[in-house]
Amino acid sequence: MLTRYGALLFAAGFAFLLFVLFTSQPLGAPTMLAGQAVLNEAAGTVGAANIVTAVVLAYRGIDTLGELSILFAAATAVGLVLGRSHGTDAAATAREPGGFILRAGADLLFPLLLVVGFYIIVHGHLTPGGGFQGGVVLAAAFVLPVLARPSETISHSAMAWVEGLAGGVFIVTGLLALAVDRAFLTPLLGTGQLGTLLSAGTLPLLYLAVGLKVGAELANLLLRMTEEESGT
Amino acid sequence: MSEFALLTLLIGALGLIALGIGGLVLSRNLFRIVLALSLAEAGANLLLVLVGFRRDAVAPIIESGQALTAIMVDPIPQAMVLTAIVIGVGVQALALSLAIRAYAAYGTLDMSVMRRRMEADIDAAAGAQPATSLHAPAGGRPLPPISAPRLAHDKGAQA
Repeated sequence: MLTRYGALLFAAGFAFLLFVLFTSQPLGAPTMLAGQAVLNEAAGTVGAANIVTAVVLAYRGIDTLGELSILFAAATAVGLVLGRSHGTDAAATAREPGGFILRAGADLLFPLLLVVGFYIIVHGHLTPGGGFQGGVVLAAAFVLPVLARPSETISHSAMAWVEGLAGGVFIVTGLLALAVDRAFLTPLLGTGQLGTLLSAGTLPLLYLAVGLKVGAELANLLLRMTEEESGT
Repeated sequence: MSEFALLTLLIGALGLIALGIGGLVLSRNLFRIVLALSLAEAGANLLLVLVGFRRDAVAPIIESGQALTAIMVDPIPQAMVLTAIVIGVGVQALALSLAIRAYAAYGTLDMSVMRRRMEADIDAAAGAQPATSLHAPAGGRPLPPISAPRLAHDKGAQA
């Protein structure tokens, strides 16, 4: 009982500490030393209209590569923990398809989700959105048909190929920048006209790789969990 | 954004973190612990975005007709939160898959029941007598060698 009160006290105290810490700062007027520098020069040097994308892929590109590695490690660990889906054939055929509304809705939404996902990915350097957000939409597009028709699963090896190729494209693009005597993952091919689709050099390519990788990994995670649910 | 809305957001973010920590410590169900973790994470992300907020500023996206000198919010916390959300998804997926495995092995998600069954399993595997109390652990004093029927009898009595 004492530990419960102690825990509540700790949570409340922690929140109070953070509250005091934040209200002592001028709220709504951050110092922004690095942020202002990025805002000033991102449009000229990177050429991405969306400055968050410029930070994610150009200024902190290696950070994003590390993030992709973490996601890859998590997906691999989930595959390791849940193991190979045992008796896929027997389990998969035993599962009945969803109702008419779910099946028709999945058929209708699949191309729509695909288009929206790729739109969000390829416009990541122009509008809010990008590889991570669009990748999640793509993952939803591929999980939805499996929810409607559980017997038709998508092969994990195809997903693994897409994921590996996308990761390879990301790293090779970074290495190419290294080869032309610049830092790893520096955007190449010039900046282009600000605000057009083919601008910001290799950033759209990098974001496409990120989107495909995130989509394949998340779809793989979700499919593994649905298989596990039906398998046991 | 008005002062009131800003303060509400700040208190909301801190409240999410406090709720998450409280749930993390207080709940015994494994699934609820994962949910509490994601709540705390959402609060932390909201707090980080709030750090970069700037009064009368626009989102850090240059529109075609807009002057380049427009006041924009800090883009760096936003990029960091983008990273944190994706990593959070990975952590949650891993935690949930471990919970699935734990449920398959012990038939429960309740932490205290799971711990009792786990300790019984370990005791059985080691051939030790199950500890009857926290204050008198079984390994504390020399015990006579336990035969298998005796162990089965003890387990039955405990259940």
